[in-house]
Amino acid sequence: MSEQAYNFAYLDEQTKRMIRRAILKGLAIPGYQVPFASREMPMPYGWGTGGVQVSAATLTPDDVFKVIDQGADDTTNAVSIRKFFEKTADVKTTTNTKAASVIQTRHRIPEDELGDDQILVYQVPIPEPLRFLEPRETETRKMHALEEYGLMHVKLYEDISKNGRIATSYAYPVKVEDRYVMDPSPIPKFDNPKMEMSAIQLFGAGREQRIYALPPYTKVVSLDFEDHPFDPSRAPHCCSICGASDSYLDEVIINDDGGRMFVCSDTDYCERRVAEGHTGVQVSGDAA
Amino acid sequence: MQNSSLDGGFSNREIDAAYAFRALMNAMAKPGTVADITGASAPAPLSAAASTALLTLCDADTPIYLAGEFDNQAIKDWISFHIGAPISTRESAQFAVGRLKDLLPIDGFPVGTAEYPDRSTTLIVEMDELSEKGSVLSGPGIKDTTCFGLPGDVALFQSNSTMFPLGLDFMFTSGSKIAALPRTTKVA
Repeated sequence: MSEQAYNFAYLDEQTKRMIRRAILKGLAIPGYQVPFASREMPMPYGWGTGGVQVSAATLTPDDVFKVIDQGADDTTNAVSIRKFFEKTADVKTTTNTKAASVIQTRHRIPEDELGDDQILVYQVPIPEPLRFLEPRETETRKMHALEEYGLMHVKLYEDISKNGRIATSYAYPVKVEDRYVMDPSPIPKFDNPKMEMSAIQLFGAGREQRIYALPPYTKVVSLDFEDHPFDPSRAPHCCSICGASDSYLDEVIINDDGGRMFVCSDTDYCERRVAEGHTGVQVSGDAA
Repeated sequence: MQNSSLDGGFSNREIDAAYAFRALMNAMAKPGTVADITGASAPAPLSAAASTALLTLCDADTPIYLAGEFDNQAIKDWISFHIGAPISTRESAQFAVGRLKDLLPIDGFPVGTAEYPDRSTTLIVEMDELSEKGSVLSGPGIKDTTCFGLPGDVALFQSNSTMFPLGLDFMFTSGSKIAALPRTTKVA
């Protein structure tokens, strides 16, 4: 069967209308998880079925599409999703953050600041920030309705009592517009402050059948305590490839002796810095 | 049935709908910003913008309420042929179309429930013109403040936003122009 046999962007029009209505309600109620009738996609749950459905409902033929997986453009998941939309929506694709109009992401926000003509689509595994504290959907729904978020603060407090600090380092809960507590998807907490941005942010959870959204310039506050303020920490190193001291770093084990190096998680950012002539500190491979 | 109810759909269904949705999404994400939206044209007096919004978002799952002059057979036939949406009462409408004076009182429309605030009506308010001058707006989607000429009494929109997270969401249409005002927007 040729790609011509697919509808534009794979999904049928009725499904897209349903997703589009959910996106608009999501934008009207920032941080609230809108239920939607998630479809089977030609990829397994956990590989971005929610993000793919939101992207499919959003893309136009003029878009330039970028996909990142943990910041990287060249991993299996990112390459597959890029190819999927090249084939079914005939969109141009790029790895350049600044050239992209729609960026689908798994677990990172690009280092480059996004503009007001860009859209960031997150793949979300568990959209409910309270799920690990309260497994019943009927209860978490009531908790959101009543703005009953004490349990989340207890969880963060227990972090402090056990570890001396808030040990949550990814999927760090945020409060949106002083109302809904929201899971920012498993982005590192380093990325949390970037969520107050000028681009539209859309979140799709395929298996859990939820869509939520943040319009530009929406107030997004990471939960914390007065005496334990939010700290968007990063590894105290520079990138070994490009020398960046302001980017989020991945730790890479490079031999069996505990040798390691730190490199930018955002491959596009790192490659551009290298092209601009920046260099990192060479690692010897000895245990650091 | 007149021919006019068969005309006025998208000429390129998927692509026109995709562009139209982006215009709608930008409008809803950036309240008070006036944008172009075209693609569909229902019988008069329904504007191209309102026709396109309905054709992009509505189907058999979304009851539509038609108010005042829009509650006519030609428009009903057009909706029936192109969209297949049931024409409903205020109380069960997911979308409503009309002039503001005919949509009043707006407290007849569902505003959602505490557990499902998304189950609320989106009102498509037809206007003579859309202007980026008028009431001062602030809230999500707006950098500092922006201005938009709201129809009718601003107290209506002010009281709607105090219900957040419940409330109605508005789209304003005129000719091929559209703007939006979600429940989060504060009107000064």
